[in-house]
Amino acid sequence: MTIAPERPAVAEAARSVGERRRSLTLLRATDVYALLGAAAAALSITWLLFARLLPFSGTVGFLVLAYGLFLTLYGLLVSFDENGPAVRDRLAAVVVQSLGLVMVVALAFVVVFTLWEGRRALPHLNFFTQHMAKAGPLDPLSAGGILHAIVGTLEQIAIALALTVPSGMVCAVFLNEVPGRFARFVRTVVEAMTALPSIVAGLFIYATVILALGFDRSGLAASLALAVMMLPIIIRAADVVIRLVPGTLREASYALGTSRWRTVWHVVLPTARSGLTTSVILGTARGVGETSPVLLTAGFTAELNGDPLSGPQVSLPLATFEFVKSPEPTMIARGFGTAAVLMALVLLLFIVARVIGGRGAGRLTKRQEHRRVLASRRDAERFAARAKSEIPMETRSEQ
Amino acid sequence: MTRDTSGTEAQDLPRRLYADPGLPDRVFRGVARSGGGLVLAVMLLVGGFLLYRAWQALSRAGWSFLTTQAWEPDAGRFGIAAVLVGTVLIALVAVAVAVPLAIGGALYISEYAPPRLRRTLISVVDLMAAVPSVVYGLWGLFFFEGKILPTARWIATYLGWIPLFHVDGADPSDPLAPESVYTSSTLVAGVVVALMVAPIACSVMREVFSQAPVGEREGAYALGATRWGMIRSVVLPFGKGGMIGGTMLGLGRALGETIGVYLIISPVFEIQWHVLQSGASSVAALIALRYGEASEFGMSALMAAGLALFLMTLVVNFAASSIVARSRSGAASE
Repeated sequence: MTIAPERPAVAEAARSVGERRRSLTLLRATDVYALLGAAAAALSITWLLFARLLPFSGTVGFLVLAYGLFLTLYGLLVSFDENGPAVRDRLAAVVVQSLGLVMVVALAFVVVFTLWEGRRALPHLNFFTQHMAKAGPLDPLSAGGILHAIVGTLEQIAIALALTVPSGMVCAVFLNEVPGRFARFVRTVVEAMTALPSIVAGLFIYATVILALGFDRSGLAASLALAVMMLPIIIRAADVVIRLVPGTLREASYALGTSRWRTVWHVVLPTARSGLTTSVILGTARGVGETSPVLLTAGFTAELNGDPLSGPQVSLPLATFEFVKSPEPTMIARGFGTAAVLMALVLLLFIVARVIGGRGAGRLTKRQEHRRVLASRRDAERFAARAKSEIPMETRSEQ
Repeated sequence: MTRDTSGTEAQDLPRRLYADPGLPDRVFRGVARSGGGLVLAVMLLVGGFLLYRAWQALSRAGWSFLTTQAWEPDAGRFGIAAVLVGTVLIALVAVAVAVPLAIGGALYISEYAPPRLRRTLISVVDLMAAVPSVVYGLWGLFFFEGKILPTARWIATYLGWIPLFHVDGADPSDPLAPESVYTSSTLVAGVVVALMVAPIACSVMREVFSQAPVGEREGAYALGATRWGMIRSVVLPFGKGGMIGGTMLGLGRALGETIGVYLIISPVFEIQWHVLQSGASSVAALIALRYGEASEFGMSALMAAGLALFLMTLVVNFAASSIVARSRSGAASE
């Protein structure tokens, strides 16, 4: 009785106040004004200093001075209507965001610069179908190409993968499935080996294969050097992925009485498959771009050499390196074109890695989930059909 | 009742928990263990072979290998004092440029970036870590070296009284003075290496920052901290190990970088402290430069230089991994 009359009153009060939708955004107009004002003031003062008052010059100096002034002025503006911690918060936000921006922009610029400089060589189709044996340094871009380097890169990386993938996977499985003091030691060694300078890997293969065993410089030696470099990278990435496989899956498998290797082969590796593929592709992307191990072990040739076992063989990074050492503008253009092709290859590998991997161990794509649902539905139908056909038999036996 | 107690006594004896794994499992273990052994063998072979090949040069040079600045192995005067200092200097410049960028980038990605942008940024940074070093070298050689000249000149003119920024042969009063004294310097090489190192350091730091415990973050906010206050009191202390580790990891990469440095520097074989002055050196670039024309003894000397580089990066990396392992960072991931 007491509540009933009050209710409409409360609702009325609320309506009279007007239930305005509150804005949840943290950004206020004054923040934007302070930011823009500080930016404008900093730019004008710097321009005044550089163009009118002081003997300064250079873009970098301009930017540094403008940025310093901007920070000071922004702090000043914010401090008019905020307290100390808030001012520090705003300044830190600006600094962090601009540092992040500088990093991403600088890195993106390096890539775009190379692609842009490669624009002169890339439209020529012969760039992909010919080799450089008959093209001299003064020939225009319509003669000669990098087919030999593409072939060399593909062969070398294929051999390196054939060596590193099995051994890397076995080692990663060893680190996780046969734990113990030895495994911990090997893990430490692998971590130390990821820091192996690439030129030392090249030097090692040079010392063993070429000096000690007496082989010539060849594609095989180069792929051995690449393998030494890629192996720890692949093992480390694969180790992390295998560690992510849920322990309950393994326990379930052991509880069913499965042996250890069957558990690894049928449970652990399939669960981690996408991540393992990613680790291999990441190792490949690093290996494809390495110049210095190849520099020492592959030699250099302008001819197409499809045989990795004998004779010098050139790869894309090495070709880039040799092209840009020449003073001729056409050769430099070829160098940038080769670098652009190399980067496109790395990008392709990376996209493949993102498409295949990028998910945790055991997480399925839409299509895989769909397939699994269909499979279990088929199983259910099969069981139902069998149950139906077995019922008469059971009843008969009971009779 | 007596029979009962005697029964439990018999059962309380510790049972042997050894289970025979069977032949397939024993084979599996053997194969796995040999996979681990293979990696160990490769590592030992790298160190062993370098030492074996370097022994000839090392025994000839003795301790003077560490103190000589020249590199004339066939004349008997060679040592890594100059190249080692050059390597460390380039790496320090690289780390000094890369670490603020990496910390800023990592904090931005883990704390400030809108969630939709975050995944893209992570992929971009990871991709950048895979960009071949020769691409960074090209950028440094054909773009950056020319653009940095006015700035290098400005620093040398106004801050030249600091020994580090002094440039021999530069004449600030002459506006037409040749600018070639500023090209191919330690600074240019260092910045190029910094761009290679930054993505790697950034992804290590981001990983650690994003693992900072949510409960402590919320606690800081609940006590009235601003976002920066929360970062300073929770994220940065938690991520300290990762920050040091990422820096050291970057330092290790920077020490061993070859092609980017080789393309940019003009090699000198004396200790050169002036970072703005043309002429720098690094062990990796020395090997790439001289391996082609080296005699047998010269090759041995180069192997010795490679061994020194190898040991140096090993020490740096071991320090990095032990710092990361000991810190609180990443404790949640185990």
